[in-house]
Amino acid sequence: MPLLQTLKKVFPRTLPVLSGYLFLGIAYGIAMRARGFGPVWPLMMSLFIYGGSMQFALIDQLTRAFAPLTILLLSVLIQARHLFYGLSMLEAYRGTGKWKPYLVFSLTDETYSLVVGMPPRGENAGRWYACVSLLDHVYWCTGTLLGSLLGSLLPTAYLAGIDFSMTALFVVICTEQSMDSFAKWKAGGITAREALFAPLLGGLSTLFSLIALGQSSFLLLAMALILTGFLTRWLTEEKERRT
Amino acid sequence: MTTMQMLLTLLISAGVTVLLRALPFLIYRGSRKPPAFITWLGAQLPRTVMAMLVVYCLKDVSFTTSAGWVPALCAAAATAALHVWKRQTILSIAGGTALYMLLLRLV
Repeated sequence: MPLLQTLKKVFPRTLPVLSGYLFLGIAYGIAMRARGFGPVWPLMMSLFIYGGSMQFALIDQLTRAFAPLTILLLSVLIQARHLFYGLSMLEAYRGTGKWKPYLVFSLTDETYSLVVGMPPRGENAGRWYACVSLLDHVYWCTGTLLGSLLGSLLPTAYLAGIDFSMTALFVVICTEQSMDSFAKWKAGGITAREALFAPLLGGLSTLFSLIALGQSSFLLLAMALILTGFLTRWLTEEKERRT
Repeated sequence: MTTMQMLLTLLISAGVTVLLRALPFLIYRGSRKPPAFITWLGAQLPRTVMAMLVVYCLKDVSFTTSAGWVPALCAAAATAALHVWKRQTILSIAGGTALYMLLLRLV
């Protein structure tokens, strides 16, 4: 069974995601449990949406009155970043044949961070990437199920605040990116502007939109400000390149 | 929400997600290359999006009472500090979340 052999080869490299997805999946299952959902709904969300931040954001929506337009907008806003994972995997996923639809479906932040750093080297590319995706997907669903089942054994009062793990994940990724940028800047690889522009534009645009519009509908303005910021910088640098 | 409405919620969100993941592959099929601006934007956006999501997660912080901001902001700062110190993703997430849950009950 070549699939089993590839799974074995790929497994050690997915360990960071194993621990991360199990923990966050458990947190997600527990958070859903705390809002009164049994194991079926969280498991379906994890199987078919398969996106951590999206699923956490939906918990809140599921306990409100049905607002399809809000859900649509929220999904676009939270998931829009996946467009860019796709853009950078265009070449790598070319010619992966029967695996391609699943590879595209399962391109999460974590899977992206793994596949972008581990080309298949002599293996069947489609099968190699599919094994990474499949393992990650299994971790996420297993975590969800565990959390959902554990959550039913624990009194929910003890669980208040466990969904902070999503915020913590983003803080960790932000910190990791900042340390990375700092190291590159220190080594002279990039300018201070290059290191600071992207995160500051994101943070400040969102903060400004939040203060201006309030909690419910600020993400759209934030996205517009971010795109305007990038477009302005691109056009300015374009002018600099010409002169 | 009724079961039907929950199913629709799942469908809308899953549909948007898979469409966004698939769109670049659908647009740039074959040998079509993305324009330079899109490629550059794609490289810039991960750092922007993460900063945006951190602010998004902290949107419910309020400064009218200490319980409104101490748990979230302290736990977020502790998560970052822990990560700079040990650089262990799981430890940082678990530590920050534990501190948040603790502060939620103490403040």
